[in-house]
Amino acid sequence: MSEHNEQEHHIVSPKVYLVILTALLVGTAVTIWASFVDMGPLNPIIALAIACTKAVLVVLFFMHVKYSTKLTKLTVGAGVFTFLILVGMTLADYFTRAWGRW
Amino acid sequence: MSDSTVIAQSAAADEHHAHPPYQRHHFETIDQQNDATNFAMWLFLLTEIMFFGGLFTAYLIYRNWYYPAFVAASHQLDIFWGGLNTLLLISSSFTMAMGVWCAETRKQSGLVLCLVLTFVLGLGFLGIKSIEYHEKWEKHHIPGLHFSTQSFADPESDTEVFEKYHDKALAPDMAAHTELYFFLYFAMTGMHALHMIIGIAILAFMIVRARAGAYTNGHLAFVENFGLYWHFVDIVWIFLFPLLYLISRH
Repeated sequence: MSEHNEQEHHIVSPKVYLVILTALLVGTAVTIWASFVDMGPLNPIIALAIACTKAVLVVLFFMHVKYSTKLTKLTVGAGVFTFLILVGMTLADYFTRAWGRW
Repeated sequence: MSDSTVIAQSAAADEHHAHPPYQRHHFETIDQQNDATNFAMWLFLLTEIMFFGGLFTAYLIYRNWYYPAFVAASHQLDIFWGGLNTLLLISSSFTMAMGVWCAETRKQSGLVLCLVLTFVLGLGFLGIKSIEYHEKWEKHHIPGLHFSTQSFADPESDTEVFEKYHDKALAPDMAAHTELYFFLYFAMTGMHALHMIIGIAILAFMIVRARAGAYTNGHLAFVENFGLYWHFVDIVWIFLFPLLYLISRH
Protein backbone atom coordinates (compact mmCIF):
# COMPACT_ATOMS: atom_id res chain seq x y z
CA MET A 1 0.00 0.00 0.00
CA SER A 2 2.81 2.41 0.80
CA GLU A 3 4.80 1.33 -2.25
CA HIS A 4 3.62 4.37 -4.19
CA ASN A 5 5.84 7.19 -5.25
CA GLU A 6 6.09 9.70 -2.42
CA GLN A 7 4.98 12.62 -4.59
CA GLU A 8 1.85 10.86 -5.76
CA HIS A 9 -1.36 11.63 -3.90
CA HIS A 10 -2.16 8.51 -1.90
CA ILE A 11 -5.80 7.66 -1.31
CA VAL A 12 -6.24 5.77 1.96
CA SER A 13 -8.94 3.13 1.59
CA PRO A 14 -12.09 3.10 3.79
CA LYS A 15 -10.99 -0.33 5.07
CA VAL A 16 -7.96 1.26 6.74
CA TYR A 17 -10.19 3.92 8.29
CA LEU A 18 -12.56 1.23 9.61
CA VAL A 19 -9.70 -0.73 11.18
CA ILE A 20 -8.39 2.43 12.85
CA LEU A 21 -11.90 3.35 14.08
CA THR A 22 -12.22 -0.12 15.63
CA ALA A 23 -8.78 0.16 17.24
CA LEU A 24 -9.67 3.58 18.70
CA LEU A 25 -12.95 2.28 20.12
CA VAL A 26 -11.20 -0.76 21.62
CA GLY A 27 -8.57 1.59 23.08
CA THR A 28 -11.32 3.70 24.68
CA ALA A 29 -12.93 0.60 26.20
CA VAL A 30 -9.57 -0.64 27.52
CA THR A 31 -8.67 2.70 29.08
CA ILE A 32 -12.07 2.92 30.85
CA TRP A 33 -11.69 -0.67 32.06
CA ALA A 34 -8.12 -0.02 33.26
CA SER A 35 -9.30 2.97 35.29
CA PHE A 36 -11.48 0.63 37.39
CA VAL A 37 -8.46 -1.51 38.34
CA ASP A 38 -6.38 -0.12 41.19
CA MET A 39 -2.77 -0.08 40.01
CA GLY A 40 -1.58 2.78 42.21
CA PRO A 41 0.84 5.11 40.42
CA LEU A 42 0.59 2.96 37.29
CA ASN A 43 -2.99 4.13 36.58
CA PRO A 44 -2.08 7.49 35.03
CA ILE A 45 0.90 5.96 33.21
CA ILE A 46 -1.23 3.27 31.59
CA ALA A 47 -3.96 5.80 30.74
CA LEU A 48 -1.38 8.07 29.08
CA ALA A 49 0.24 5.14 27.25
CA ILE A 50 -3.12 4.13 25.75
CA ALA A 51 -3.90 7.78 24.87
CA CYS A 52 -0.51 8.14 23.14
CA THR A 53 -1.13 4.94 21.15
CA LYS A 54 -4.53 6.23 20.04
CA ALA A 55 -3.05 9.62 19.12
CA VAL A 56 -0.32 7.96 17.02
CA LEU A 57 -2.97 5.95 15.14
CA VAL A 58 -4.96 9.13 14.42
CA VAL A 59 -1.85 11.02 13.27
CA LEU A 60 -0.52 8.22 11.06
CA PHE A 61 -3.75 7.13 9.37
CA PHE A 62 -6.58 9.67 9.79
CA MET A 63 -4.11 12.54 9.29
CA HIS A 64 -2.26 10.66 6.53
CA VAL A 65 1.22 11.26 7.95
CA LYS A 66 2.21 7.67 7.09
CA TYR A 67 1.54 8.52 3.43
CA SER A 68 2.88 12.10 3.49
CA THR A 69 6.02 13.71 2.14
CA LYS A 70 9.28 13.57 4.09
CA LEU A 71 8.85 17.28 4.82
CA THR A 72 5.57 16.65 6.65
CA LYS A 73 7.00 13.67 8.54
CA LEU A 74 10.04 15.68 9.61
CA THR A 75 7.87 18.64 10.64
CA VAL A 76 5.55 16.49 12.76
CA GLY A 77 8.46 14.57 14.29
CA ALA A 78 10.43 17.72 15.13
CA GLY A 79 7.32 19.34 16.60
CA VAL A 80 6.51 16.39 18.84
CA PHE A 81 10.16 16.16 19.90
CA THR A 82 10.24 19.85 20.88
CA PHE A 83 6.91 19.43 22.68
CA LEU A 84 8.27 16.50 24.71
CA ILE A 85 11.39 18.47 25.65
CA LEU A 86 9.33 21.45 26.84
CA VAL A 87 6.82 19.39 28.82
CA GLY A 88 9.34 16.77 30.00
CA MET A 89 11.90 19.26 31.27
CA THR A 90 9.24 21.38 33.00
CA LEU A 91 7.75 18.36 34.76
CA ALA A 92 11.21 17.01 35.67
CA ASP A 93 12.04 20.37 37.25
CA TYR A 94 8.84 20.62 39.30
CA PHE A 95 8.71 16.96 40.34
CA THR A 96 12.27 17.01 41.74
CA ARG A 97 11.62 19.93 44.09
CA ALA A 98 10.28 19.86 47.63
CA TRP A 99 6.55 20.18 47.11
CA GLY A 100 4.96 23.40 48.24
CA ARG A 101 8.19 24.86 49.59
CA TRP A 102 9.31 27.14 46.78
CA MET B 1 -0.79 45.41 -18.82
CA SER B 2 2.59 46.44 -17.44
CA ASP B 3 5.88 45.60 -19.11
CA SER B 4 7.04 43.27 -16.37
CA THR B 5 3.86 41.20 -16.71
CA VAL B 6 4.40 40.90 -20.44
CA ILE B 7 7.98 39.74 -19.93
CA ALA B 8 6.94 37.21 -17.29
CA GLN B 9 4.19 35.90 -19.51
CA SER B 10 6.34 35.56 -22.60
CA ALA B 11 8.94 33.70 -20.55
CA ALA B 12 6.43 31.07 -19.50
CA ALA B 13 3.70 31.58 -22.04
CA ASP B 14 2.85 27.93 -22.51
CA GLU B 15 2.76 26.87 -18.88
CA HIS B 16 0.80 29.91 -17.81
CA HIS B 17 -2.48 28.71 -19.21
CA ALA B 18 -1.89 25.05 -18.51
CA HIS B 19 -2.83 25.05 -14.85
CA PRO B 20 -6.21 24.46 -13.20
CA PRO B 21 -8.09 27.61 -12.10
CA TYR B 22 -7.57 26.86 -8.40
CA GLN B 23 -3.77 26.85 -8.71
CA ARG B 24 -2.28 30.11 -7.47
CA HIS B 25 0.09 31.82 -9.87
CA HIS B 26 3.07 31.79 -7.52
CA PHE B 27 3.16 27.98 -7.42
CA GLU B 28 4.87 26.02 -10.15
CA THR B 29 2.63 22.96 -9.88
CA ILE B 30 -0.55 22.02 -8.07
CA ASP B 31 1.43 19.44 -6.09
CA GLN B 32 3.74 22.17 -4.84
CA GLN B 33 0.70 24.24 -3.80
CA ASN B 34 -0.87 21.30 -1.97
CA ASP B 35 2.40 20.42 -0.20
CA ALA B 36 2.84 24.04 0.89
CA THR B 37 -0.69 24.34 2.33
CA ASN B 38 -0.35 20.96 4.04
CA PHE B 39 2.98 22.04 5.56
CA ALA B 40 1.44 25.33 6.75
CA MET B 41 -1.51 23.51 8.31
CA TRP B 42 0.87 21.26 10.25
CA LEU B 43 2.85 24.27 11.48
CA PHE B 44 -0.40 25.80 12.74
CA LEU B 45 -1.36 22.53 14.45
CA LEU B 46 2.06 22.37 16.13
CA THR B 47 1.47 25.80 17.68
CA GLU B 48 -1.88 24.43 18.88
CA ILE B 49 -0.15 21.39 20.37
CA MET B 50 2.22 23.71 22.27
CA PHE B 51 -0.75 25.76 23.48
CA PHE B 52 -2.68 22.79 24.84
CA GLY B 53 0.59 21.30 26.12
CA GLY B 54 0.94 24.27 28.47
CA LEU B 55 -2.51 23.58 29.92
CA PHE B 56 -1.78 19.85 30.29
CA THR B 57 1.52 20.61 32.03
CA ALA B 58 -0.14 23.01 34.46
CA TYR B 59 -2.77 20.37 35.19
CA LEU B 60 -0.18 17.64 35.88
CA ILE B 61 1.89 19.89 38.15
CA TYR B 62 -1.07 21.05 40.24
CA ARG B 63 -2.51 17.55 40.35
CA ASN B 64 0.70 16.37 42.01
CA TRP B 65 0.78 19.34 44.32
CA TYR B 66 -2.85 19.23 45.52
CA TYR B 67 -3.41 15.54 44.89
CA PRO B 68 -6.28 14.91 47.40
CA ALA B 69 -8.22 17.93 46.13
CA PHE B 70 -7.78 16.91 42.50
CA VAL B 71 -8.85 13.32 43.18
CA ALA B 72 -11.98 14.39 45.08
CA ALA B 73 -12.88 17.06 42.52
CA SER B 74 -12.46 14.69 39.55
CA HIS B 75 -15.00 12.35 41.18
CA GLN B 76 -17.57 15.00 40.30
CA LEU B 77 -17.17 14.11 36.61
CA ASP B 78 -19.40 11.38 35.21
CA ILE B 79 -17.46 8.70 33.30
CA PHE B 80 -20.64 7.81 31.38
CA TRP B 81 -20.89 11.28 29.78
CA GLY B 82 -17.14 11.45 29.21
CA GLY B 83 -17.08 8.00 27.62
CA LEU B 84 -20.09 8.77 25.41
CA ASN B 85 -18.43 11.99 24.26
CA THR B 86 -15.25 10.08 23.43
CA LEU B 87 -17.37 7.70 21.35
CA LEU B 88 -19.03 10.62 19.51
CA LEU B 89 -15.75 12.40 18.80
CA ILE B 90 -13.89 9.31 17.58
CA SER B 91 -16.85 8.50 15.32
CA SER B 92 -16.82 12.06 13.99
CA SER B 93 -13.12 11.70 13.17
CA PHE B 94 -13.98 8.56 11.21
CA THR B 95 -16.79 10.28 9.27
CA MET B 96 -14.42 13.19 8.55
CA ALA B 97 -11.75 10.79 7.24
CA MET B 98 -14.43 9.17 5.08
CA GLY B 99 -15.41 12.65 3.85
CA VAL B 100 -11.85 13.21 2.64
CA TRP B 101 -12.00 9.83 0.89
CA CYS B 102 -15.30 10.80 -0.81
CA ALA B 103 -13.71 14.08 -1.98
CA GLU B 104 -10.67 12.18 -3.30
CA THR B 105 -12.86 9.73 -5.20
CA ARG B 106 -15.23 12.54 -6.32
CA LYS B 107 -18.40 11.27 -4.65
CA GLN B 108 -20.41 14.42 -4.04
CA SER B 109 -23.40 12.96 -2.18
CA GLY B 110 -21.08 10.83 -0.05
CA LEU B 111 -19.02 13.88 0.85
CA VAL B 112 -22.11 15.88 1.85
CA LEU B 113 -23.38 12.95 3.95
CA CYS B 114 -20.02 12.56 5.73
CA LEU B 115 -19.77 16.29 6.46
CA VAL B 116 -23.35 16.36 7.80
CA LEU B 117 -22.63 13.32 10.03
CA THR B 118 -19.45 14.98 11.32
CA PHE B 119 -21.45 18.16 11.96
CA VAL B 120 -24.19 16.28 13.87
CA LEU B 121 -21.71 14.26 15.95
CA GLY B 122 -19.85 17.47 16.81
CA LEU B 123 -23.09 19.13 17.92
CA GLY B 124 -23.93 16.03 19.99
CA PHE B 125 -20.57 16.36 21.74
CA LEU B 126 -21.26 20.00 22.62
CA GLY B 127 -24.79 19.11 23.78
CA ILE B 128 -23.41 16.56 26.25
CA LYS B 129 -20.73 19.02 27.35
CA SER B 130 -23.44 21.59 28.10
CA ILE B 131 -25.31 19.01 30.24
CA GLU B 132 -22.11 18.50 32.22
CA TYR B 133 -21.43 22.24 32.51
CA HIS B 134 -25.00 22.82 33.69
CA GLU B 135 -24.53 20.31 36.50
CA LYS B 136 -21.38 22.17 37.60
CA TRP B 137 -23.40 25.38 37.62
CA GLU B 138 -26.13 23.85 39.78
CA LYS B 139 -23.62 22.46 42.29
CA HIS B 140 -21.66 25.75 42.52
CA HIS B 141 -18.56 24.16 41.03
CA ILE B 142 -17.75 27.00 38.65
CA PRO B 143 -14.61 28.77 39.93
CA GLY B 144 -15.10 32.41 40.81
CA LEU B 145 -18.91 32.28 40.61
CA HIS B 146 -20.21 31.50 44.10
CA PHE B 147 -17.86 28.52 44.23
CA SER B 148 -18.77 26.13 47.05
CA THR B 149 -16.48 23.53 48.61
CA GLN B 150 -19.38 21.82 50.35
CA SER B 151 -19.11 18.61 48.27
CA PHE B 152 -15.49 18.24 49.43
CA ALA B 153 -15.52 19.57 53.00
CA ASP B 154 -18.67 17.54 53.70
CA PRO B 155 -18.77 14.72 51.07
CA GLU B 156 -21.80 13.01 52.60
CA SER B 157 -23.97 16.03 51.69
CA ASP B 158 -23.33 15.15 48.01
CA THR B 159 -25.13 11.78 48.22
CA GLU B 160 -24.92 10.80 44.53
CA VAL B 161 -21.13 11.10 44.33
CA PHE B 162 -20.60 9.84 47.88
CA GLU B 163 -22.37 6.55 47.15
CA LYS B 164 -19.95 5.87 44.30
CA TYR B 165 -16.64 6.94 45.81
CA HIS B 166 -17.03 7.26 49.62
CA ASP B 167 -14.55 10.12 49.70
CA LYS B 168 -13.27 11.29 53.09
CA ALA B 169 -13.81 14.94 54.02
CA LEU B 170 -10.97 17.26 53.02
CA ALA B 171 -9.48 19.82 55.40
CA PRO B 172 -10.79 23.33 54.56
CA ASP B 173 -7.52 24.52 52.96
CA MET B 174 -7.25 21.40 50.76
CA ALA B 175 -10.98 21.57 49.92
CA ALA B 176 -10.40 25.15 48.70
CA HIS B 177 -7.90 23.83 46.14
CA THR B 178 -10.68 21.94 44.33
CA GLU B 179 -11.47 25.34 42.81
CA LEU B 180 -8.14 25.10 40.97
CA TYR B 181 -9.14 21.71 39.56
CA PHE B 182 -12.36 23.18 38.21
CA PHE B 183 -10.51 26.21 36.87
CA LEU B 184 -8.23 23.91 34.86
CA TYR B 185 -11.18 21.68 33.93
CA PHE B 186 -13.09 24.63 32.45
CA ALA B 187 -9.97 26.12 30.84
CA MET B 188 -9.06 22.84 29.11
CA THR B 189 -12.52 21.57 28.13
CA GLY B 190 -13.61 25.16 27.36
CA MET B 191 -10.72 25.75 24.95
CA HIS B 192 -11.43 22.35 23.44
CA ALA B 193 -15.13 23.21 23.09
CA LEU B 194 -14.22 26.54 21.46
CA HIS B 195 -12.18 24.61 18.89
CA MET B 196 -15.21 22.37 18.32
CA ILE B 197 -17.50 25.39 17.81
CA ILE B 198 -15.10 26.89 15.26
CA GLY B 199 -14.84 23.50 13.54
CA ILE B 200 -18.62 23.09 13.41
CA ALA B 201 -19.01 26.56 11.88
CA ILE B 202 -16.46 25.68 9.18
CA LEU B 203 -18.26 22.35 8.63
CA ALA B 204 -21.54 24.22 7.98
CA PHE B 205 -19.72 26.38 5.43
CA MET B 206 -18.23 23.29 3.76
CA ILE B 207 -21.60 21.50 3.62
CA VAL B 208 -23.08 24.44 1.68
CA ARG B 209 -20.11 24.53 -0.69
CA ALA B 210 -19.99 20.74 -1.13
CA ARG B 211 -23.68 20.74 -2.10
CA ALA B 212 -22.80 23.27 -4.79
CA GLY B 213 -20.20 20.87 -6.16
CA ALA B 214 -17.01 22.11 -4.50
CA TYR B 215 -14.18 19.78 -3.37
CA THR B 216 -15.24 16.92 -5.66
CA ASN B 217 -13.66 18.58 -8.73
CA GLY B 218 -10.14 17.46 -7.83
CA HIS B 219 -9.41 20.46 -5.62
CA LEU B 220 -9.92 19.19 -2.09
CA ALA B 221 -7.10 20.90 -0.18
CA PHE B 222 -9.62 22.74 2.02
CA VAL B 223 -11.41 19.53 3.07
CA GLU B 224 -8.09 17.73 3.65
CA ASN B 225 -6.65 20.49 5.80
CA PHE B 226 -9.88 20.95 7.72
CA GLY B 227 -9.75 17.18 8.34
CA LEU B 228 -6.30 17.65 9.93
CA TYR B 229 -7.77 20.31 12.25
CA TRP B 230 -10.73 18.12 13.19
CA HIS B 231 -8.52 15.11 13.94
CA PHE B 232 -6.27 17.34 16.05
CA VAL B 233 -9.28 18.39 18.14
CA ASP B 234 -10.06 14.68 18.51
CA ILE B 235 -6.51 13.99 19.74
CA VAL B 236 -6.80 16.73 22.39
CA TRP B 237 -9.94 15.02 23.70
CA ILE B 238 -8.19 11.61 23.62
CA PHE B 239 -5.82 13.06 26.26
CA LEU B 240 -8.38 15.17 28.15
CA PHE B 241 -10.72 12.26 28.79
CA PRO B 242 -8.32 9.98 30.73
CA LEU B 243 -6.55 12.86 32.50
CA LEU B 244 -9.70 14.58 33.76
CA TYR B 245 -12.15 11.69 34.15
CA LEU B 246 -10.25 8.45 34.59
CA ILE B 247 -6.89 8.55 36.36
CA SER B 248 -8.20 9.58 39.80
CA ARG B 249 -10.77 6.90 40.42
CA HIS B 250 -8.78 5.57 43.39
